[in-house]
Amino acid sequence: MRNVCPITQRELNAYFFSPIAYAVLAIFMLTLGILFMLTTFVAGGDSSLRQLVGLMPLVLAIFLPILTMRLLADEFRSGTIETLMTAPVDETEVILGKFFGALVFYCIMLLAMLAFAIVIAAFGRLDFGLLSATYIGLLLLGGLYIAVGVFFSACTSNQIIAAVCTIVPLMAFTFLADFLATKVSGFWGLILHHLSIQEHFGDFARGLVDLNDVVFFLTTAVLFLFFAVKVLESRRWR
Amino acid sequence: MIEVKNLCKRYGPVLAVDGISFDVSEGEIVGFLGPNGAGKTSTIRVLTCYHPATSGSARIGGYDVFTQSLEVRRLIGYLPESTPLYPEMRVREYLNFRGKLHGLSAGERGDAITRVTGRCWLKDFIDRPIGHLSKGMRQRVGLADALLCNPKVLVLDEPTIGLDPTQIRETRNLIKQLGQDHTILFSSHILSEVEQTCSRIIIIAGGKLIARGTPEELRHNISAESRLIAEVRGPSADVKSAVGGMGGVASVELAEVDGWCRLKIAGNGGSDIREPLAKLLHDRGWGVRELRRETPTLEDYFVKVIAQQSGAA
Repeated sequence: MRNVCPITQRELNAYFFSPIAYAVLAIFMLTLGILFMLTTFVAGGDSSLRQLVGLMPLVLAIFLPILTMRLLADEFRSGTIETLMTAPVDETEVILGKFFGALVFYCIMLLAMLAFAIVIAAFGRLDFGLLSATYIGLLLLGGLYIAVGVFFSACTSNQIIAAVCTIVPLMAFTFLADFLATKVSGFWGLILHHLSIQEHFGDFARGLVDLNDVVFFLTTAVLFLFFAVKVLESRRWR
Repeated sequence: MIEVKNLCKRYGPVLAVDGISFDVSEGEIVGFLGPNGAGKTSTIRVLTCYHPATSGSARIGGYDVFTQSLEVRRLIGYLPESTPLYPEMRVREYLNFRGKLHGLSAGERGDAITRVTGRCWLKDFIDRPIGHLSKGMRQRVGLADALLCNPKVLVLDEPTIGLDPTQIRETRNLIKQLGQDHTILFSSHILSEVEQTCSRIIIIAGGKLIARGTPEELRHNISAESRLIAEVRGPSADVKSAVGGMGGVASVELAEVDGWCRLKIAGNGGSDIREPLAKLLHDRGWGVRELRRETPTLEDYFVKVIAQQSGAA
């Protein structure tokens, strides 16, 4: 696991050397700013990030795939995967390095988002317990999205395909599953209810850190990372 | 150091490498030669553990490339064909990153970077972004990367492609120097390059190994096929029949060039017929303005074996 750190570092550098990182960060803050003005920063609004955080599964399902799409797809396209995989590095190290690279960048986005919490603290009373739960939830949610993004980026050499393939299932499991769960009753309804990302994330947004949800996010993220490792390994025996 | 046995590589229905076997002993510089699409890169990628062989085996330094891939990758320095690099990184950053992947400590990385940038003439470009470098410079960065951890085995896939003549010469000399402490396998489709650098040559075409040996051995294979070129003034029909009737002559081609008969004489067997030919021409009283033996170059041999191979296929 010695090589995870250098790869993470390289990914972070690559983000900041390309305009993507700055564009994503700027548009992300702009979007949140507009949403914040519309939902929270109004007369009689809640003195919490709740309204804003409720929209985060949607916002992140668009922004995070843009961050993750290049992680492996670009290595395949430019051929650098050949130099990378012929160095003494194993597939798990590569996948974890890339995952943490994107995760660290996402943490920077979350830090920037604290600006809105500061605004609330300036105008009202900020509940730090709620804020902490929200941030734990956002970290887990982002971790899952990034893991899915890494998996799809490992499947193709085309960044656009990687992004679209990530956005579609994320949207489906965030909203469609939630919507269908209310329509379908019985066993399948229950399954959909448990698969809904919105449902699991909702608890954190309400200030509730439920072990159920934590386990859901962690195991699903690990599962996708495991698949990504297998996809990358498959090159060695194909 | 490198042992390859019956290596096959298949991409779907296409058989790219068809049962190649060869070995390279420690300290050798071996040239891996073949036309484009002969299976050079496919073979090299198996050796560097980038993809697996369909069948057969390959060992480097005693480690199997499939089952002991990490050990093999620690032993080799590899320059891939198109020298893929991260364009946004600076040369120093890139080499530092590669050093970390090879497990070098910070001190070792500093020393190694100084050593390889010196060897590959990169000192002045060390803080430039790779994306701003020319093709030749990038090739050097790739070579510096391959040398970084001082590997026992260097595998270079077309190291001189895209370089200008001066750079080609420099690279060739560098490879020769490196041969003193590394075992080198390098591929090329440029024969003269291989001839000047390598102690041994392996020629493949259509995925099959078609010839191997030292440059001298390969040249010896063809010296028997040398032919004579003569320009003679005389009646062309007589000249042709007289020369064609000599002992040791297999065939004669005759062409008239401004009043002279230009003869291309192929001998059968190794006997030198220059002296009897000169005597014959002198006896007949025909004027001679040229008589020389044309020894085929390795290049002719290369073209010939490749042609035989494609004819057989």
